[in-house]
Amino acid sequence: MIIDVNFVGLIIASIMASAVPLILASCGELITERSGVLNLGVEGMMIIGAISGFALMTVTGSLIIAVFGAMLAGVLISTIFAFLTQTLITNHVATGLALTIFGIGISAMIGKNFVGIPGKEFPVIFEGLKDTIPLLSPILFGHSIVFYFAFVLPFITSYFLKKTKIGLIVRAVGDSPESASNQGINVKLVRYACILYGGAMCGLAGAYLSMIYTPQWIENMTGGRGWIALALVVFSTWNPIKILIGAMIFGGLTIIQFHMQAIGVRIPVQFLTALPYIVTIIVLVVISRDSRKIRLSTPSSLGKSFYKDN
Amino acid sequence: MIKIVKRDEPSRAIFFFTPVLAIFLTLVAGGLIFYILGFKPFEALKFFFIVPIADKYGFSELLLKATPLCLIAIGLSFCFKSNNWNIGAEGQLTFGAIVSGGVALLFYEQEGFYILPIVILAGAIGGMLYASIPAILKTYFNTNEILVSLMLVYVSKLILDYLVVGPWSNPEGFNFPETRQFSDSARLPLLFEGLRIHAGIFLALAAVVMSWFIFYKTYLGFQMKVSGFSLKTAKYAGYKGKKMIILVFLISGACAGLAGVGEITGPIGQLHREVSPDYGFTAIIVAFLGRLHPVGIIFASLVVAITYLGAETAQIFMQIPKYTGQVFQGMILFFLLASDYLLFFKFKFIGSNK
Repeated sequence: MIIDVNFVGLIIASIMASAVPLILASCGELITERSGVLNLGVEGMMIIGAISGFALMTVTGSLIIAVFGAMLAGVLISTIFAFLTQTLITNHVATGLALTIFGIGISAMIGKNFVGIPGKEFPVIFEGLKDTIPLLSPILFGHSIVFYFAFVLPFITSYFLKKTKIGLIVRAVGDSPESASNQGINVKLVRYACILYGGAMCGLAGAYLSMIYTPQWIENMTGGRGWIALALVVFSTWNPIKILIGAMIFGGLTIIQFHMQAIGVRIPVQFLTALPYIVTIIVLVVISRDSRKIRLSTPSSLGKSFYKDN
Repeated sequence: MIKIVKRDEPSRAIFFFTPVLAIFLTLVAGGLIFYILGFKPFEALKFFFIVPIADKYGFSELLLKATPLCLIAIGLSFCFKSNNWNIGAEGQLTFGAIVSGGVALLFYEQEGFYILPIVILAGAIGGMLYASIPAILKTYFNTNEILVSLMLVYVSKLILDYLVVGPWSNPEGFNFPETRQFSDSARLPLLFEGLRIHAGIFLALAAVVMSWFIFYKTYLGFQMKVSGFSLKTAKYAGYKGKKMIILVFLISGACAGLAGVGEITGPIGQLHREVSPDYGFTAIIVAFLGRLHPVGIIFASLVVAITYLGAETAQIFMQIPKYTGQVFQGMILFFLLASDYLLFFKFKFIGSNK
């Protein structure tokens, strides 16, 4: 049996493409969590991004407006979460759940008029180089700008957290809001910013799904990816580079089911579809078993409200 | 000038007032959304909240939807009071429905008084088994119960899908994704001729009484509440924390499983793809809106059940998209959480009271 190297390259590229929304959402949520805020509304913010991107693209015809509009929609919806958890000191878990329920409802409401409309083609870059290098060409060239951004983002995020002053402040706020506050850092402001940034990235992840990955609007099209993104943050032990690895594993699981069906493997399709969820659970168990390691890498104030008397 | 001051201790009166405030604010915001969408706000709200329950049939439908919500929320109150975030009740409901449906199919075309109790019990056990997964993983492997219970929702729906399309599908059913009809002995009896309300409501009421008894009359309930307030205190007092976690998950799984039994053995009488319109998720809102209190949960389940009916009526009469129901549910929880601010803080008018 001869394996065509370009075919292998194509499979790897398709795995990477399905990893993109996970990377974007996880990297956004990672920053939010590093500041000590647990936002369980990832799924809701993603679906809002998906419908906003698709709707804006259909209405205005401009891809740029659509992509940035989706990010703005993510920011707006996460502002609700930020206001509730930071200004009104509500419980992070309950507020995040409300955000997801609300987001799914409102996206379906807006999306009612956009069902069945075909999407637009999203421009790809470096398409001319597609046949230059065997194996590597399909991986490296001919993708959307969002694709490249997603694969650079973990490195930027890592650099930001480790090497920049603002990154240090974010970590300080997440690990010890009291001492950060005593140092004169405005904890509330930092957390607001991190929540809104997370919202923007989730919005972008959603827009990638509805505009690039499968260019159409389908109700509930995020299909649990937001929750997998949340699991990926735990998997990564709050290290952005490891998000890349995790997202590739889950991307791989998604792609494998298509190919196994194509080859005609006699496994029920429902089992293959369930695979990413089951693997998520197994991976979480393996990672969390070492409670000391988890405790050391989790931002110490994660999910706890901070209130300063003034 | 108004200044915001922290209360010395949470206000008891406001604790029960804020759910009402939250519902009121949701109606105002809902009216506003209808207005933006181009509907007459008052007319839309009338179709949403009053028309659906204006007659006998509507009221029966209200109780029909409130039953699973109440049952699941009662179960969740055990988890939430002890600080365990079981958000996968939807999966426990689905798995309970699968197990009880499987047992009901075993008794296909058989009659007997013993069948229904076995079917009900099977549903409770199914829900418990499914809830035990996040519980055991949390206690022995330190795994986050939020993510595990949620992932299992997707898995349970896929298992159900596999069964009703594949091995359990009705052989004479022209490949519709549904099983055969259960025999009459495997079905919860309907209470009134022509209405869909069924005996499942008694299961919900029994759960309400049981939870009230456990929380307010037993030492076990006290231990659960203490563990919820502070795990350290609970450990210091020598409570068995791990057993407690597993216990509350089992109770909540059993309740969700029973809700699943009601959904399939009530008016429908067979397993099919969509056993629940997200009752398991909506019940989370019901539990909070009811303040995790048994009686509060009864009222909350009725209020939230209206959003299901209202969404259907508003869609038929005004072409308002049916997802408005979910938007309302999300808003209720937002407003409830927001108004909790009044529990801990008060507004002080400076100058008048110094």
